[in-house]
Amino acid sequence: WAAVGAMAAGPVHGSGPGDSPEGPEAEAPERRRKAHGMLKLYYGLSEGEAAGRPAGPDPLDPTDLNGAHFDPEVYLDKLRRECPLAQLMDSETDMVRQIRALDSDMQTLVYENYNKFISATDTIRKMKNDFRKMEDEMDRLATNMAVITDFSARISATLQDRHERITKLAGVHALLRKLQFLFELPSRLTKCVELGAYGQAVRYQGRAQAVLQQYQHLPSFRAIQDDCQVITARLVQQLRQRFREGGSGAPEQAECVELLLALGEPAEELCEEFLAHARGRLEEELRSLEAELGPSPPAPDVLEFTDHGGSGFVGGLCQVAAAYQELFAAQGPAGAEKLAAFARELGGRYFALVERRLAQEQGGGDNSLLVRALDRFHRRLRAPGALLAAAGLAEAATEIVERVARERLGHHLQGLRVAFLGCLTDVRQALAAPRLAGKEGPGLAELLANVASSILSHIKASLAAVHLFTAKEVSFSNKPYFRGEFCSQGVREGLIVGFIRSMCQTAQSFCDSPGEKGGATPPALLLLLSRLCLDYETATISYILTLTDEQFLVLDSSLTARPRPATSSPLPGLCPARETARRLLTHYVKVQGLVISQMLRKSVETRDWLSTLEPRNVRAVMKRVVEDTTAIDVQVGLLYEEGVRKAQSSDSSKRTFSVYSSSRQQGRYAPSYTPSAPMDTNLLSNIQKLFSERIDVFSPVEFNKVSVLTGIIKISLKTLLECVRLRTFGRFGLQQVQVDCHFLQLYLWRFVADEELVHLLLDEVVASAALRCPDPVPMEPSVVEVICERG
Amino acid sequence: MEDDAPVIYGLEFQARALTPQTAETDAIRFLVGTQSLKYDNQIHIIDFDDENNIINKNVLLHQVGEIWHISTSPADKGVLATCYNRTSDSRVLTCAAVWRMPKELESGSHESPDDSSSTAQTLELLCHLDNTAHGNMACVAWEPMGDGKKVISLADNHILLWDLQASSSQAVLASSASLEGRGQLKLTSGRWSPHHNCTQVATANDTTLRGWDTRSMSQIYCIENAHGQLVRDLDFNPNKQYYLASCGDDCKVKFWDTRNVTEPVKTLEEHSHWVWNVRYNHSHDQLVLTGSSDSRVILSNMVSISSEPFGHLVDDDDVSDQEDHQPEEKSKEPLQDNVIATYEEHEDSVYAVEWSSADPWLFASLSYDGRLVINRVPRALKYHILL
Repeated sequence: WAAVGAMAAGPVHGSGPGDSPEGPEAEAPERRRKAHGMLKLYYGLSEGEAAGRPAGPDPLDPTDLNGAHFDPEVYLDKLRRECPLAQLMDSETDMVRQIRALDSDMQTLVYENYNKFISATDTIRKMKNDFRKMEDEMDRLATNMAVITDFSARISATLQDRHERITKLAGVHALLRKLQFLFELPSRLTKCVELGAYGQAVRYQGRAQAVLQQYQHLPSFRAIQDDCQVITARLVQQLRQRFREGGSGAPEQAECVELLLALGEPAEELCEEFLAHARGRLEEELRSLEAELGPSPPAPDVLEFTDHGGSGFVGGLCQVAAAYQELFAAQGPAGAEKLAAFARELGGRYFALVERRLAQEQGGGDNSLLVRALDRFHRRLRAPGALLAAAGLAEAATEIVERVARERLGHHLQGLRVAFLGCLTDVRQALAAPRLAGKEGPGLAELLANVASSILSHIKASLAAVHLFTAKEVSFSNKPYFRGEFCSQGVREGLIVGFIRSMCQTAQSFCDSPGEKGGATPPALLLLLSRLCLDYETATISYILTLTDEQFLVLDSSLTARPRPATSSPLPGLCPARETARRLLTHYVKVQGLVISQMLRKSVETRDWLSTLEPRNVRAVMKRVVEDTTAIDVQVGLLYEEGVRKAQSSDSSKRTFSVYSSSRQQGRYAPSYTPSAPMDTNLLSNIQKLFSERIDVFSPVEFNKVSVLTGIIKISLKTLLECVRLRTFGRFGLQQVQVDCHFLQLYLWRFVADEELVHLLLDEVVASAALRCPDPVPMEPSVVEVICERG
Repeated sequence: MEDDAPVIYGLEFQARALTPQTAETDAIRFLVGTQSLKYDNQIHIIDFDDENNIINKNVLLHQVGEIWHISTSPADKGVLATCYNRTSDSRVLTCAAVWRMPKELESGSHESPDDSSSTAQTLELLCHLDNTAHGNMACVAWEPMGDGKKVISLADNHILLWDLQASSSQAVLASSASLEGRGQLKLTSGRWSPHHNCTQVATANDTTLRGWDTRSMSQIYCIENAHGQLVRDLDFNPNKQYYLASCGDDCKVKFWDTRNVTEPVKTLEEHSHWVWNVRYNHSHDQLVLTGSSDSRVILSNMVSISSEPFGHLVDDDDVSDQEDHQPEEKSKEPLQDNVIATYEEHEDSVYAVEWSSADPWLFASLSYDGRLVINRVPRALKYHILL
């Protein structure tokens, strides 16, 4: 108690004014102040605060009661010096009161702190006891722990040995299992091989391989390895066997190859063998295909054939290619090249077969079947084409299709030609037939219509057939060839224009044949062909071409710009048609003219004109000439329009020979034989010739009836003229010619364009006859008329 | 060009017979025989003065009948043969005779034009080619290059080879051959080949051409159906021994190689009526002349089948500089066969055309109305051929 009380009373005592004389030592105020500071800190008062707040302006003021430097002497001095008594009194009372208040406060504090000391002392005493107990416990724990440690060490020492042994044993066990696997490997492999579980066997082998390889210096392992190798060799052999047998089909084969590869067989060799094997199979397909198109058995239709080829060969090739690419992908470009070469070779043979088959088809008529077959063929080959771009099979296939299409066009052209020739034969027969039957057969116009329509229908059929090649659903129709060249060059130029050309040529060949062979061509046929060609020129060709353009060029938008000018401009085929028509018609005129000419010529040449009798009749041959001309007129009239005539005098039939036979013959028959003026004799006839146009006998004809007949009559009369000039006539001979010519005059004028022409020629004939007569006494015109009218 | 214009001469009568004076090689002289049934017929000897472009004529009377064919001896300028019609009471017979013209006319003595009618002279008859057994004479052909002693005449279907003896005053029938066959065969025309030592003769009958060997008088080749209709005339290529040309009523002119008679070598179809006459130029056989009853005369250039080589083998010695050389070369390109010219001076049928024997660039044509036209080969072509 005393220690605590002393401690608590110290500062209170120290700060009391009564203590102030006993603190002059140096460090005492220092210590005191420190304690003060701690307490102040405890009570939350800062030193400065406690000192400065109540203080006035100067903290160091020794007169400040609450200041730290309060000096009671100074304060008292000052107080006594400055203050009056009353105030001193007041200060003294105030001070007393404050001292009393402070004393009571101090007593309170002491009491409070005393209680706290007591409880603290109690607590410390209790703590002392507790700690002692705890120490005992700890000691006990330590001893226990030591015991445990000791035991544990003893146990592990005893177990150590066993543990090691167990670990070793486990290792041995694992090793033994491996060894067992190895030892069993040969038998297992054998078993696997026996069971055919090749995959399993290959896996085992793969697992064991490395180990065996590593320990092969040990004899036992070596034995195993040898065994394994033997078995593996057998396995390889079996696999190869299976691979070679090949009956098992491509997937199994692929598996075999895979296994063999896993067994480390050289990939190169396998490639070869794989391909060789595939080749065997594909060749079998090819052989069967070849057998199908063999010569003796009736070949299946082309669609079936291509189907067969497509599914059999092309399918097989696809499989092979796919399997190959899968298996030998590691082979790199060399392997791909090998495959491509393989595919190329076999593909080439396949194409050769297909082409042979297609060639057989060339004769056939069914385009749709062919197109479908080609479509399948082409479609089928697009898959391997994608797979084997290097082999170029797709291109080759397209080429084949193009070739076939071209050949097809040629075939159709040929067909059209044949059809045309057939039509011509029909017409010939039809022309020959009515003569036998005695009744009128189908008219020429009808025949013409038949021919035209049949040719047109043939053309349309051909177009339709060829059009199949460009159908949208056909796989090759979007190839550039079929979009462009096929349409424009092949169909339009090659087929249609080509046919028109060849038609013209065929027709022209009838003109070219020389006379004796030309006789075989009935004139009516010439006429009909001529009309046909003319019709073609005017209408049909453009119609057909429009049709073609519509069907084919519309497909091809890229080319529409180009062919337009070609269609609008007259294509080169047009001109031959017109030219052909003209030549045919001209030839017709020549042939018919020749027929009549021959009649006239024979009649003039074979008669003895000097000793002929006075004419009583028109000679029969003249009547015949008129009849024939009329027949020709009718014939031509069936096919050609009338044509234009020159205006004619209304009574031309009444025209007589009087005019010229009197006036002109006078001039001719009595020439003033004056050699000094040689031109005078023929003056009259020459003057007349000056005014008449030169007659072109075999001149080209117009496309109308009048022109045709004018041509024929011109030829006939000119012949008559020339023949007459070669003969010598008696008086009656001349008169007979007169009669004949008048008769011709009466009947022929109506056929010709310009009747003046007939007059002129007949005048010439009579005049020539008169010249060739030593005794020219012309018959009276009236008599001539009478005879002619009678005849 | 002035001198390229045709020269026209008119006869009073109709005429068919025309021939150059074959033996004459200096003066251009043609003989024309007239056809008149009522008057005395004439032979006009027509001299053409090339330099002055003037025609001189002499008239000989030929009183025995109208002349159908005339030919002159290749050896004697004064000797000629005619085929003529003799009309005797309703019978016409064509005979042939060899004549001699008056000596002074042989070389074309210039008579005075004013009194030609009064001075008309007469031919001296040398001999008849007796045809009483053979029928009508169609033509007489002299042995070319010969001495004027051998003559072929065609009578109906007979070929008669005559030997003229005693300076042509006697005609002896040396040998003969005849066509046998169906119907009435009649030879229309014949020519004597200048090749093979003059041992070949070609004849035409109807549509057939035949070649004969005069030594054996046997047929050596036959071109059946040479033309579609009657063959009117033929001529041998003077420079190529196997080539001959023919023409006929089918308006065509055909060129044949007698070694291969199935096909003509070439065919021309330029005329629009019967072609009566075809003649090779004597020196330049690419020039072929044809006359037709369409009143036209056509001169064709048949380079491709002529003896002329394609283009000339020009020696370039005279061509010194290259600039001149180049166009030269170009112009020497082979000519195409083509028609050189069509002559339309005639108004009536042209029955005869003949080249002059003296001037290879000159020819005459005769139409029925008696008009004789003398023409020349176009100068450009002439120079082209010559240079």
